[in-house]
Amino acid sequence: MLVEDIMIKQPVTITEEQTIQEALELLHQNKIRHLPVIKEDKTLIGIVSDRDIRDASPSIFYLDDNNESLLHPVSRIMKYPVITTHPLDFIEEAAVLYGENDISALPVVTEDDQLRGLLTETDVLHTLVKLTGAHEPSSHIEVKVPNKPGQLADISTIFKEHHVNVTSLLVYPHSDQGWNILTFRVRTMDPRSIIKHIQSKGYEVQGPRFPGLQQ
Amino acid sequence: MRQDAIFVYSEKQLNYKFNDDHPFNHLRLHLTYDLLRMAGALPLSSVSPPRVATDEEIGLIHDRNYINAVKAAGENKLDEAIAHSYGIGTEDTPTFPHMHEAAASLVGGTLTAVDMVMEGKSEHALNLGGGLHHGFRGKASGFCVYNDSSIAIEYMRRKYGVRVLYVDTDAHHGDGVQWSFYDEPSVCTFSIHETGRYLFPGTGSVHEKGAGKGYGLSINIPVDAFTEDDSFLECYETAFKELVEFYKPDVIFTQNGADAHYYDPLTHLAVSIQTYMKIPQIAHELAHKYCNGKWIAVGGGGYDMWRVVPRAWGLVWLAMTNQTHILKKPIPKAWIEKWEDVPDTDLPVDWTDPAVPPVPRRAEIQEKNLRTLEKALYHIRLEQG
Repeated sequence: MLVEDIMIKQPVTITEEQTIQEALELLHQNKIRHLPVIKEDKTLIGIVSDRDIRDASPSIFYLDDNNESLLHPVSRIMKYPVITTHPLDFIEEAAVLYGENDISALPVVTEDDQLRGLLTETDVLHTLVKLTGAHEPSSHIEVKVPNKPGQLADISTIFKEHHVNVTSLLVYPHSDQGWNILTFRVRTMDPRSIIKHIQSKGYEVQGPRFPGLQQ
Repeated sequence: MRQDAIFVYSEKQLNYKFNDDHPFNHLRLHLTYDLLRMAGALPLSSVSPPRVATDEEIGLIHDRNYINAVKAAGENKLDEAIAHSYGIGTEDTPTFPHMHEAAASLVGGTLTAVDMVMEGKSEHALNLGGGLHHGFRGKASGFCVYNDSSIAIEYMRRKYGVRVLYVDTDAHHGDGVQWSFYDEPSVCTFSIHETGRYLFPGTGSVHEKGAGKGYGLSINIPVDAFTEDDSFLECYETAFKELVEFYKPDVIFTQNGADAHYYDPLTHLAVSIQTYMKIPQIAHELAHKYCNGKWIAVGGGGYDMWRVVPRAWGLVWLAMTNQTHILKKPIPKAWIEKWEDVPDTDLPVDWTDPAVPPVPRRAEIQEKNLRTLEKALYHIRLEQG
């Protein structure tokens, strides 16, 4: 999946001469946290976040004293150079940038820093929810498998034999080293025969544990 | 003459049958009917046969193309790949001869129940053949072809202009009905079910609250696996009472799945028959207090069809008709003798369950459910002050 598939294509922007007050209003009106700062030809020159604006705003204890601080142009507080991503980058590459740089929005730019969109952490999170398949009616089957080749193929065959559609699949490491958890969402209300089949091949299927008892 | 309650049933409803090995088996209807008849609790004058729903009525919720696909599948004239795209011909909802007619008659049963109540011929009505709450606009899901409950609610909204409170106590989330009315302010849906952590359909989290004008009117209480009577009933009763007080519906529509019982093979809840005594009693009481008695009830899931479903569903009728004194008597011998040779298990001899050892960590589960209940009702309590 590429950045251009999930980015916001027409983000709210601001120009460098506009005031911090205007930036504050844009954030409030649109319920957003980031404003790319652009020139008239859409060249990206900076970014302001709600945090930058908060730093420039008067303390709530002195609201009446120095309101003129909000009249400065945005260029005084914007951050640059900007960490950006490209429309054809992979989402997982872009997602790494959030953690590495402690940021939560990435302007998407092409040649000559032309702004094409904005990719926020929220967009990435929504995509993750879709990838887990949690929005489709399904039963959830978790299988503990040794971390070696062929395990997924073995278990997938069982779903095929039962004519059951898999709507999503996640693989993640188990807390026991050398083991993985395969998490399937499958389109059936009655997974009993499938679970029995997987168990008969010697695999451990995780389910609601009878409380208080060790498995 | 105005009746207290109508029991919608005919043996034709048993035609909704996938195959012999399928867990969804409407022989349950016959077993329940028999049990009530033999217990002397169901005079023939209270029984009304279901009508068959028309295509227009089914089309209140379902897409035309989907209805045509179901018809074709029932005549064995539908390509397998196309059938799959409609969720039929799968392990869950296999095709069977005349499946459209069978499904339309379950929908018709619920519409019969609705008309009886809305036209004032009866205070309450029960169609145990309905409650197929997983059916989607253009797709069969979870054993359900047509969603009789969504259709009946939409039918009531249009024909009678009423506000409906839908209450779903099946162990699975009532997803089909919830999504039908997710942004509709004249329908409030409330589903209490086992958490979707492992169980189908996986939705029904406490954060699904509705959208647009219907925001706040989808209520979900996902309870933990191994929840028992006290905790289940605490959540159900508290939420139901506060919701009916807040929403002030004109009519109550309850879905009475009986698959939260500890014997049920498909789910992981641990309630006993005690819960199935209380569920309809509370619905009955609230229908009289807030809706002039207007209460329509349907069936739903329930996969221990010998030990659990006939009693649980019989209890809905007994509560509806104030005949709970019958519970002091044993299960009629005639019923046991008629059916005991069919299943592999013994049939119950009493309306109640024998005591079982408490589930370990009961207190923790109860506490967790209580927090879920608080989250589910948070916005309503805020508004009520």
